[in-house]
Amino acid sequence: MHEMSLTESVVEILCEEGRRQGFARVKTVWLEIGALSGVEPGAMEFCFDVVTRGTLAEGARLEIVRTPGQGWCLDCEKSVALSERFGACPECGGYKVQMTSGDEMRVKELEVE
Amino acid sequence: MCTVCGCGTATLEGDKAHGDKHGHSHSHAHGDHDHSHAHDHDHHHHDHDHDHDHGHGHSHDHDHDHHHHDHDHAHGAGGEALDYGAGLAGVHVPGLSQERIVQIERDILSKNRSYAEENRGYFARKGVLALNFVSSPGSGKTSLLVRAINDLKDKHAIAVVEGDQQTSNDAERIRATGAKAIQVNTGKGCHLDAHMVGHALETLDIADNSLLFVENVGNLVCPAAFDLGEAHKVVLLSTTEGEDKPSKYPDMFAAADLMLLNKSDLLPHLDFDTDACIAHALRVNPNLQTLIVSAKTGEGLAAFYAWVEARSDLARRKAEARKAG
Repeated sequence: MHEMSLTESVVEILCEEGRRQGFARVKTVWLEIGALSGVEPGAMEFCFDVVTRGTLAEGARLEIVRTPGQGWCLDCEKSVALSERFGACPECGGYKVQMTSGDEMRVKELEVE
Repeated sequence: MCTVCGCGTATLEGDKAHGDKHGHSHSHAHGDHDHSHAHDHDHHHHDHDHDHDHGHGHSHDHDHDHHHHDHDHAHGAGGEALDYGAGLAGVHVPGLSQERIVQIERDILSKNRSYAEENRGYFARKGVLALNFVSSPGSGKTSLLVRAINDLKDKHAIAVVEGDQQTSNDAERIRATGAKAIQVNTGKGCHLDAHMVGHALETLDIADNSLLFVENVGNLVCPAAFDLGEAHKVVLLSTTEGEDKPSKYPDMFAAADLMLLNKSDLLPHLDFDTDACIAHALRVNPNLQTLIVSAKTGEGLAAFYAWVEARSDLARRKAEARKAG
């Protein structure tokens, strides 16, 4: 979903940090994208090349770190793996699962010069 | 796209000169002075970037945050060398020097969130109840709003922000009711974001204690992720759609506080299973309230208006309490 505008937000963050921290070029960007965030990494890579053109991140390498989905099952009273956002608990099949991680969308770090 | 404020290709009605107002860049270099400023003004439609180089002995860091107005100054200077990148990276990567890795740890949506908070503060000061209407295209958002405005306009000042990729047809339909409306065309964008709504608010000039209806782009996926500063998302689902839509597009139903099951007048002609639909919705969001309505016949709308009025009243009273101090 909306990978284009998310990628534009990433580039905005890079430009802002570039001014704030005084770097002129970004060589690598590490993003943390959760498995349950609804973001398609392939689409984001495609958009990244287009959106970075003419910016300080033109030609930069995009590294996407995927974090797995996890939730807390209220019935099993434990942490379980989640493969979809509002999916059932893989152990009891119930839906009383609160997502605890996997929806991250973060710019983690940059290699700059 | 403007990479500073991210205005993208979105356009506001009557805002043709948008592009011209962006982007000024100045660079100064003074001979034996070495002075380094980084200014970052972020007005709506107004950006300056200055870069100077100097050599004084002080260092400032300002961060101002007004409604639609940001400054960032980083003056660095003097005896010590200016090094913005020093020691920021807490990691070692073989073959790379430490200062060339910069840890950011910023949420991609943080920019949108900060604009949304500005909008939310604006609504809170003015006692405005803002509702963000979301649904797939064709579920009856505009018809519902037109009806609601006609039924509520004697008691409330009402303003509307209309989001669509193209055309101002919806805003025109709303204006025919006498309510203030502004159309935001998102261009290639699939949703409204908080920054676009902030621009629209500057133009709309909403009265205190009014209702603001934001009609988002018809899309059950993307608008879920973008907080506009509204008090509640209201999701419409029409009876001509599948009753399992809340399970197919869970994010939107999870983000909403109220579901309006619209086009109830068609129920006798359809196989739509209302209970199954509500069960799907509650599985995704156990706190979701549902009202069965028809924008055409008016069925169920009294309950919706009561829901709106209770929240509008609360918004007004909170703003009054704030003013009273």
